[in-house]
Amino acid sequence: MPRLPTPLTLPAGAPTDAELRRARRRRRRAETTTAWAFILPSVLVIIGLSILPVIWSLLLSFQADDLVTPSRWVGLQNYHALTQDPNFRQAVRNTLIYTVLYVPLSMVLGLLLALALNHRIKLVGLYRTLFFVPFVISAAAQGVLFSFILDPEFGAANSVLHKLHLPAQGFLTDPGQALYVLVAISLWSGTGFCLVVYLAALQDVPPSLIEAARLDGAGRRHLLRHVVLPTLTPVNVFLLVWQVIQSLQVFDLVYVTTKGGPLGSTTVIVYFIWQMAFQNFTAGYGAAAAYVLAVALLVIGAGTRLLRRRGPDRLEGATR
Amino acid sequence: MTATSAPARAVPDATAPPAAPPGGRARRLLPFSPWHLALAPLALLFAIPLVWLLLSSVMSDAEINRFPPALWPSHLDFSGYRYVLGNAMFPRWFANSLIVSVTAVVSNLVFGALGGYAFARMRFAGSRVLLATMLATMAIPFQLTMIPTFLVMKRLGLIDSLGALIVPSLVTPFAVFLLRQFFLSLPRELEEAAWIDGCNRLRVLWSVVLPLSRPALSTVAVLTFLSTWNDLTWPLIAINHDAHYTLQLGLTTFQGQHHTKWSAVMAGNVITVLPVLLAFLGAQKQFIQSITSSGLKG
Repeated sequence: MPRLPTPLTLPAGAPTDAELRRARRRRRRAETTTAWAFILPSVLVIIGLSILPVIWSLLLSFQADDLVTPSRWVGLQNYHALTQDPNFRQAVRNTLIYTVLYVPLSMVLGLLLALALNHRIKLVGLYRTLFFVPFVISAAAQGVLFSFILDPEFGAANSVLHKLHLPAQGFLTDPGQALYVLVAISLWSGTGFCLVVYLAALQDVPPSLIEAARLDGAGRRHLLRHVVLPTLTPVNVFLLVWQVIQSLQVFDLVYVTTKGGPLGSTTVIVYFIWQMAFQNFTAGYGAAAAYVLAVALLVIGAGTRLLRRRGPDRLEGATR
Repeated sequence: MTATSAPARAVPDATAPPAAPPGGRARRLLPFSPWHLALAPLALLFAIPLVWLLLSSVMSDAEINRFPPALWPSHLDFSGYRYVLGNAMFPRWFANSLIVSVTAVVSNLVFGALGGYAFARMRFAGSRVLLATMLATMAIPFQLTMIPTFLVMKRLGLIDSLGALIVPSLVTPFAVFLLRQFFLSLPRELEEAAWIDGCNRLRVLWSVVLPLSRPALSTVAVLTFLSTWNDLTWPLIAINHDAHYTLQLGLTTFQGQHHTKWSAVMAGNVITVLPVLLAFLGAQKQFIQSITSSGLKG
């Protein structure tokens, strides 16, 4: 209900300094209470389900724990066992192969597509949609779809190969192929993301920069090499970090398609962690493996941070 | 469709093909840009798996199971859909996924806005440390926290219930932080007018700040929906009983059990993919904006 304007009246005695201070403190305290009421849910969920588990995880990694019975302190034994475990070594190797293939390929393909789609040609929107749609499809759905398409007996892929008079392939059932097939599926779904990010960055390249270079007599190839690509540096760094972090954490696709097989050829680190913790009930061992992964991710994050700080700042300024 | 936004600000010739001068001649030879020669086949390659998903979901099992399998359905056969919607748990899984995702979206908007507003506009002891801590949690990989989170949920008695899926996704540091950044960019003067009129904080947030924050709110909504609807890892860990499966989890077990009834598996897959796909096609601009902006400028 709107209040009627009332004439301002001062209280009989003007407020003393002490009164004013008390009033301010009361207001400050009320503000603190309100602020805490606002942030409490977030604090509870975020701190309670991240900071606490990080510490818990560290403690777990020094214990033998089956998630049911009380755990036993074993010190560094879990970590020591990891260094000896051929399965873990294979998981690390598989993850690295996957990352080394997927990250550069998705970035290069995304950049090339973005350069092409940055032209005034017809159907740009349609192309962008087609390349991007696989990105929003869950890894579970992708996995189910591709294990159907690539099924050695009933799959459409072998049916096409048959029509082309090419030999049938084992795809995900062939230990020599499965990891590379997974990379291909990831490229199908992940390239669109790189494309969209690059496209956004390309459209942020200041036209004045290009105009100036052209007045200086730069040809198209020079323009690309010396003006457009350098301004993409911050985006390259972002995508590199992002894609590396994503690929070191790949799990869903592996779980749905190969379950780490055949013969461990697609067991990646996160799959290994999941297996140890929730299938073999060696949670402490899984936590130790998770800590190894987390430290690796942290090093990558911190490393690129340093790189970025030392990197050419003026270029970063150019894209913003 | 947002076909217009991409080329609108495009830099026409900045990145033309290396073979640019003869490209001019090529353009005259072809009735369309030579770019299409490279783009169209690649786009087709990207589209085929999804087209195949749709086609196989309306094939009969006889067509799928013969060798070599048919590449085109001879007639529309909806038995896969009937099977999935009729006797399987699919409708239930769909409902579970919907409950979890919608709750996550709503609660991320509510708690994210409250938290973000407090961090943006209120002064209280410890706010800086708290904000820094929250920010730091974004760098923690889920794999590190998943085992203890399982143990926390177990202590709370939520394992094997939808609660175990809902509680961890109630609010993310991303939502709080993104909204805080957006609120900071709004001019304070707008809120001060409401202050003087005697509104309290909640009222100011609700009737002044939030209406101005559509872009940030839709970004949070889009990304929250995408990540909760598509999640598989956490439901796989937290849920045992198939009555509490989400669609993603259900789909993967369904595939294992009904390997030979591929038409049904594919129909289920279409149903799983459809909500995200429709959301994407309906709000393509928001989707792409939120995904690029959260990555590039977040």
